[in-house]
Amino acid sequence: MTELIKDWRNDIYAVFKDLGITMVSHVPDAGHTPLINLCEKDNEIDVVTLTTEQDGVGLSCGAYAGGRKSALLMQSSGVGNCINALALPNICRIPFLTLVSMRGEWGEFVPWQVPMGLGTPKVLEAMDIKVFRADYEEEVGSTVDAAAKFAFNTNRSAAVLLSQKMIGAKQFKNG
Amino acid sequence: MIDRRPFVQKILKDRKDNLRVVSGIGTSTWDLMSAGDNKGNFGFIGAMGQSIPFALGLAKAQPDMRVLLFTGDGDTLMSLGSIATIANHPVSNLTIVVLDNESYVETGSQPTATAGKTDLELIAKGSGISNSYTVRNEDDYSKIMNTVYEEEGPSLIVIKCQAKATPLIFPHSFDGSVSMNRFKETMKI
Repeated sequence: MTELIKDWRNDIYAVFKDLGITMVSHVPDAGHTPLINLCEKDNEIDVVTLTTEQDGVGLSCGAYAGGRKSALLMQSSGVGNCINALALPNICRIPFLTLVSMRGEWGEFVPWQVPMGLGTPKVLEAMDIKVFRADYEEEVGSTVDAAAKFAFNTNRSAAVLLSQKMIGAKQFKNG
Repeated sequence: MIDRRPFVQKILKDRKDNLRVVSGIGTSTWDLMSAGDNKGNFGFIGAMGQSIPFALGLAKAQPDMRVLLFTGDGDTLMSLGSIATIANHPVSNLTIVVLDNESYVETGSQPTATAGKTDLELIAKGSGISNSYTVRNEDDYSKIMNTVYEEEGPSLIVIKCQAKATPLIFPHSFDGSVSMNRFKETMKI
């Protein structure tokens, strides 16, 4: 698995540190794991493991009310769980940032991942989320930085879709 | 069974400066607003199921304040997983008060799961929030006040309430951005 650990997670972590993001919530995905590990080792970052992605929306908004910046990490399958919750940052003009690791779009093995993979950008845009996308490692840092600044500078919601092409498709073997 | 609105007002009477109060969608917000306008209040009028994780985020961000959430059984039942999250990422300054009238009063008083076999105190305890108890009459007022201001949380109190429709008392603004900015300003003390 070590060959999957690319520097782009370090680039996201560097953006978190640069912008003062001190709370990171997630329903874990393998694509985010190196980043989650980096955040857990950092005493200045609170890492909250959720039971459902939508709770990360409320958590982020409460943290903002209390003066802290946060980010929600999830897999594309979790985006659909968040739809109604996304009304909260929208109507309250709370900056909200989520980083979504994509499934169901590039070399996917599991057909069950395809519907939400196809639906993810449409669902986010339907809820007025500004959607950014990173397909290559070199653009991850600048894309997350741009999305975070869009969110925190304009008090709106932003998502970065981290493509499956870059993360690498998980392969399953029977038996 | 407790008459919820005067009881919420009693809990908030002479509130201390370090208290921030959040309310969940529905009657809980009208109850909170009935206690008088206060910049340290934030009331949900939508986003059902989000008041509990919101209160967790606020409590984590403001550890020197006491955070009190009033919400209903309907809102709580939509977000049971967030109780497990709070238990495992504990905040000592958070009290959740569930005003449990065992029904969706605002939509026609359909029974909730707590009218049946479901016990929110036991769910909280089973999730890992050991300081959880149920209140059925006003004799426990002092105990509640001690939990809200003094005890090490997180705590979850179930207040069994009468299921009756009450007048809607609106917040300062229905515009969420106005409510949020006003509430956020009170964190700078």
